[in-house]
This record gives sequence, C-alpha cells and structure tokens, in this order.
Amino acid sequence: MVASPARQRDATAPAVELRGIDKRFGTVHANRSVDLVVQRGHIHGLIGENGAGKSTLMSILYGFYTADSGDILVGGKEVRIAESRDAIAAGIEMVHQHFMLVDPMTVLENVILGVEGGALLRRHVPKAREELRRISAEYGLNVDPDAVVGDLPVGAQQRVEILKALYRGAEILILDEPTGVLTPQEATDLFRVLAALRAQGKTVILVTHKLREIMAITDRVSVMRAGQMVGHRDTADTSREELGELMIGRKLATRLDKAPANIGAVALEVRGLSVRDIQGVQRVKDVSFAVRAGEIVGIAGVSGNGQTELMEALAGMRRLEAGSVTVGGATVSAEHPAFADRLRKLGMAHVPEDRLRTGLVPAFAARESAILGYQDDPMYSRGPLLDWPGIDRHTQGLMEKYEVKPPISRLRGALFSGGNQQKLIMAREMERDPTVLLVGQPTRGVDIGGIDFIHRRLIAMRDRGKAILLVSVELDEILRLSDRILVMFDGRLVGELLPENADERQLGLLMAGAA
Amino acid sequence: MSGTALRLPWWADYILLPLLNLLLALLAAGLVVVATGENPLDAVVTMVNGAFGSGEGIGYTLYYATDMIYTGLAVAVAFHCGLFNIGAEGQAYIAGLGVALVCLYLDFLPFWLVLPLAIAGAALFGAGYAAIPGWLQAKRGSHIVITTIMTNFIAYAAMEYILVNVLIKPGQMSPETRYFAPNAVLPKMDAMFAAIGVDIAATPLNLAFVVALLCIALVWVLIWHTRWGYSLRVVGASPRAAVYAGIAPAGRVIQAMLLSGALAGGVALNEVMGAQGKLLINFPSGYGFTGIAVALMGRNHPLGVLIAAILFGALYQGGAELTFDMPAISPYLVVALQGLVILFTGGLATMLRPALVRALRIGAGAR
Repeated sequence: MVASPARQRDATAPAVELRGIDKRFGTVHANRSVDLVVQRGHIHGLIGENGAGKSTLMSILYGFYTADSGDILVGGKEVRIAESRDAIAAGIEMVHQHFMLVDPMTVLENVILGVEGGALLRRHVPKAREELRRISAEYGLNVDPDAVVGDLPVGAQQRVEILKALYRGAEILILDEPTGVLTPQEATDLFRVLAALRAQGKTVILVTHKLREIMAITDRVSVMRAGQMVGHRDTADTSREELGELMIGRKLATRLDKAPANIGAVALEVRGLSVRDIQGVQRVKDVSFAVRAGEIVGIAGVSGNGQTELMEALAGMRRLEAGSVTVGGATVSAEHPAFADRLRKLGMAHVPEDRLRTGLVPAFAARESAILGYQDDPMYSRGPLLDWPGIDRHTQGLMEKYEVKPPISRLRGALFSGGNQQKLIMAREMERDPTVLLVGQPTRGVDIGGIDFIHRRLIAMRDRGKAILLVSVELDEILRLSDRILVMFDGRLVGELLPENADERQLGLLMAGAA
Repeated sequence: MSGTALRLPWWADYILLPLLNLLLALLAAGLVVVATGENPLDAVVTMVNGAFGSGEGIGYTLYYATDMIYTGLAVAVAFHCGLFNIGAEGQAYIAGLGVALVCLYLDFLPFWLVLPLAIAGAALFGAGYAAIPGWLQAKRGSHIVITTIMTNFIAYAAMEYILVNVLIKPGQMSPETRYFAPNAVLPKMDAMFAAIGVDIAATPLNLAFVVALLCIALVWVLIWHTRWGYSLRVVGASPRAAVYAGIAPAGRVIQAMLLSGALAGGVALNEVMGAQGKLLINFPSGYGFTGIAVALMGRNHPLGVLIAAILFGALYQGGAELTFDMPAISPYLVVALQGLVILFTGGLATMLRPALVRALRIGAGAR
C-alpha cells in the first residue's frame, strides 16, 4: 500500500505519544490524565487489571471512543482520531481479542475486505495475492491464502488478523489479550511473529494481564491501575513481582497455600461418555473418569477439544449420545436423560465457561441472575409469587460474601465487570452447598485480584469435601488448583498427571495431541 | 466498559425519547397537512379536541384504545419470550368465532354465565390459533414472523368462509351473524354508569375496557412476579441461559404464544360482544398490527402499553374528527398520519437515541 503523507514520520519521534488522555463514562472515570510514550520498533506492554482502563485507552487510540481531553501524537505529529478510519489512516491497526473475521470467506477475501481496490475484484485479486505472499514470507506468517477462515485453528485465524493489519499498511499494531485463546506452542509462534515485526521496525502495543508474556517479549512496559498510569519500566529492569505490585497496588501472593487433599468417596462418575454437537459432530468420545469428594480434577486442553460439550453434557444442557453419568445416587444416560433442573437437585452446581451468554442474563438485574437455575426453589417464593424483597436480601448477602462490586442488587448484569459477574455466579452456585461443582474457565477475563479470590474460594470448597471438576485453558490455573490433571484432546482424555509431576512443556505437547 | 457508553437515565428512555418521537411524527404529519392547504395547527387542535374535548370523544378514544391494549399486551408478552407475534390480527379474528359461538348458542344462560364463557371462548380460540405458530417455532424451528403472517391469511379466508356459508343470518346479503340476545352482549359504559346514576355520553365503550385494565395488571404480575414469567423472560433474553437454568425453551415458547393469543382474543370481546353485538367480517380491522406499534412504543411494559394504546386511540378518534371538519383531509390521509406516528414512534423509535446520549453526556459534563 502507498504511504499517505500522514504516515511520513520523524524517525526519531516516538511512534505513539498520548498526552493527558482523560475519559469519563457518566460517573466512571475510566482514564485520568493518562500519558504514554511508545518508541518506534518497540514491543510495548500495557498491563493492568480488568477495569484499569487499558481497553478504554486503546479504544481511544483506535478511534472507538473519543477522549474528553488530551492529545494523540503519531510519529511526532498531532493527529485527531475520531473514528477507526482515522486511526487506520495514521497507520494504527488493532487485533481484537475476538477476531473480526468472516468465517465462510477465504483468508485472501478476509484480508482484502474493505480495501478491495475497486468494484470488480478480478483485476485486484492477483496483486493482492502476491502482496499477501510477500508479507507472509517477510514475517513468517504462514497461512494458506485460499483456506476458508472458519476451518482454520484459532492460532492461524489470529495470524490472518495480523496479516490483515499489515496488508493495510499498519506501522503500529495493537494486540488485545492475544494469547487468551492460544496453546503454549501457538503463543510461542505468535511471539516469534511479534519479534519479526519488531525487527522490521514495526511498533507493537501488547495489551495483556499476563506478566509472563510481558517479561518474555516486551522492551518496555506501562502499568495502569484504576484509570491511571502508575508506572513505566524497561522490561529488563523490572520483575514480575514489581509489576504485579504496581498492578494491584499491593503484594501478590505468589503461591496458594493448599493443604493436601483429603479425598473421600466418588461423587461424580462418568463412564464411556460420548456427546455430539448441534451439527452432529462427535465432540466427546468415550470419556471415562471419576471425581471424588475433596479433590479438584482439572481438565487441561486447548479450547475446542470437547471440554465445552463435556461440561454441558454433565450439567444437563446437552443430550448424552452414549455412556452414563452418576451423581447424587442417580445415573443419567441417553435412555434416562436429566436436564439441568434435575441435576441441580441431585447436588450438581455449574459455573459455566460462557458467563455472559449462559451463566447470567446480561439484561437482567443482578438479583434476577442471582436465582437463575434455582428460580423454582420455594425459598425464593411467597405463595405463587416471587419474593423479590427476600431475593434482594439474598443477593445482597451473596454480594457481600463474595465481594461483588458494586453491591447493588438491582444493577443490570451487563454493567458489572467480568470479574464481578463471575463472582456473582460463583456465589450463586457455591452457596447452594452442592456435592459436585463443575467450573468452566473460572477466571477468563478476570483481573488478578479477582483470580486470587476465586482460586481461594475453590480451594476452600474442596477442603470442605466437595468434588470439583475444573476446565481451563490457563495452564497456570490448572497447575495451581488441580489435585489431578486430565488432558483432553480431540474429544478424548489423552493423559492423566499429577500436578507435581507435570511440567508445562509436557502438558503442552499432550494438549496439542503430540504425545 | 463499552456497555456503559450508551446508557441513559430511565426518564430519558421511557418519557423523553417517546415524546420526542411523537413530536417528530407530528412535525412530519404537519408538513403533509400543509401540502393539502390546511393549517396544521388547526388540524392538531381539531384532533386533540376530537379525542379528548368531549365525553363522547373520550369514550370513543378509550373504545379504540381497548382493542389496542389487548393487541399491545399480546405482542408484548410474546416479545418477552423473544417472539415477534405478527399474528394478533388473525388470532383476534379467530377469537371472534369463539365469542360468537358462545353468544349465539349459549344465550339461554344468564349474562353472568355467558360473560365468563365468552371470555373463555375468546381466550381459548385466540390461544389455540396462536399455538400453531408457537408449536411450529418451538418444535420445528419455523420462524414465528413468517408463520404468524401466514396464519393471518388463513384466518381471513377461514372466517370469510364460515361467515358467508355457515354463520350468516339467513336471508341477508352481508356476511354477518344475527344480533346476539341482550343477555349475551357486554353492557356499554354509559349504561353501566347510568345504573349508578351517573350520566355519561353514549359510545361503544363497554365492559371489555374494564377487562382490558384487569389484563394489564394480570400481565404485569405474571411477567415480573411469578416463576413462570421469570422463566419466560430468561428464554426471551437468553435461550442458552434458559437451558443452563433447566428451563425448556420450547415449552415456554408455546406457552407464551398461548397467552399472547388469548390476550389478542380480547379484541373479539370488545368488538363482537361489546360494540357490535354480532360477528361480522373483518372486525379486527388492523388492530393486531397497530398492537405491534403500541407494544414497541410502550416498551413492552403493561403500563407503557396502556399509555401508547390511549395515544393511538386518540389518533383514531381525533383522525375521524379531522376528516369531518376538514374536507381537504381525506380518511386516507388520516391513515397516512397514523402511519407516520407508527413510523416515528415504532420503526424509528431509537433513531434519536445516540443524539440524546450525546446531548445528555455534554449536559452532564457541563455540570
């Protein structure tokens, strides 16, 4: 692509400079006079807890929001970024956490989308293909241009997003939590690509909450807390501990004190379970395992290898194709199905991985979501009517005990941060004192303080003799919490390890189906 | 974070925005009136006077509003379950058959027995007819918008056949039944007031209006204060969350349509048993469709539906007055004016919202 005059920049000036960015949403002061300098050719980390204001800041840089005050300088020149188009014109591209790709289209079609270069594709496409090939080779971004995007693994889809950005002539690339969906190996590949970008003089802003990634790849790091910039460090001169402290404003407990498991009787037994998805594809294939009272069994795996379907089948949200599940003295099978309401009565609680679409109703007030799944319990009713004052008190109690903020039972679910939504769901499920707890991705998108809180709650529950089945794509989490680790790949359990014997490399290979 | 960007205080969403939409609609309608050579301000005065300026005007306004309360509630209930019921028109039409069968063939019973039977007839026939698209949606995945549109056509055809060939009063040309016996007709409001010694203007306004007000309260309690209503709203807001919570979406979809159809049946009560005292062709005359706009404008809340229904009732009644007083304005033009109101308050209901968000944010920043 031809560089526009706006892209001609002073070689010595920083790639991006933000001065005094201030942004309010109603009463929420999301950014307070934030300054940020990102040098050209750097990989610059931006970390902070959820709600610290990093997404807002990057959204302002990318033109989703307009700052209330403050200046944006790109290549030393002041620019006005009112919408994404302005950001793109200034050479800024963003790779979102949730990819903005058209699944049924090919890689090439996705890449040229919006920059087709004319009404007729015929003339432009061969040139585009050539250009794509050149960019792929230059940065080690190997993707088949004619592959259908929907068929590609997540890591490859992410490469398409990066290709798209580079094809549009990006000089400055913002990556928002890019490794959340990747295997350790894919993450390593991504870091290799980022290093190649840096070597070519591109600038990368990496938004993340994972300290390990910051330490592994960045040149410099900026830390945000509560809407303010609390520190800038050269990565070489700092440590995970210091950054963690800056992020949450206090010392981070690095290790979780975990008493040895006091294991009891089998609480959940799964025998020969197979499950198909809506399209009829078999996603869980002949899986057998048991979870005993007082232990946490972690299922490690790259997302999309059947964990979701397994959990949904166990929770009564999905029909079993074959096999059986025994819980609370009852056995569920294809011939004797049980739905979620019955399983709850049998002592099964479920914290689903997709909290916004499944675990709560975003449009509902917190108190309405606080009884989801237990709406028929007489304790929430008075005669034929729901006892809203009582439900209010119950919700307030949950919110206090699980530190849900703000503790307003009538606030809509969508207006809580991810961590607080999760705490509300955990409170609802755990306070019912179930015998078996299914937990999917308990800390996805949750800030560090929240992660710690949720982990402690899970451990406490295990110590009270509950059986916990944990599915997570975060290896740290699996290793930290589990008493036993099962690895799931392509719908099967491909390994069982004890956390003390498991190292990340070995787990990563099992997860990738390579061991 | 992005979720907070488009928040408005409740009064802006529920009062200011609808009023602005109404104002826009009146402005657009004013331009149409100017084009006919009439004075738009005079037209507004005529309409408001016609709708609210006399006891008779108010009676007619509320009579029209009654129909729209029923259909507005019908659409709103379905909407809470995530269903867009376009079929209130046909459901009301079929409900007319239920009412007529009771009033024609059970009129040997006293009024206090005919009334509950007729209400049951309206509700059962309306619900039964709505159950068909409900079942198709729940079990076969056929889209409710398509099936309710189609069931409307079937209702027209079936009712025409029944009226022309079966229920027609022998020896007449117009396809309608005989008049119901006096004990099978809903008392008019003027008669009811006269019984307690209060003299009000004689209008078609009848007992069905009181039943409609009861339905408003009933729907409010059902939707927000019962376990069933809760589960209905979960299905409407998030079918996945419903499955998670052990609520079977298919069952709720059918049940929501049953209630929706039963409510639409109220139109038959008001028109067939109330205003007309007989079953006649095409009596729902579009109220099922107006109900969609009423529900949209009323934000699917029973009280909102009441307010919107009265507004639309006033438009009908005031519009009728307008054609009397201003010969240049034809009845078709009045329909066009009503259409503009529906367009701005229904179809374009959120058009001004982003601007309002911006305006209020600037206002908040200045403070």
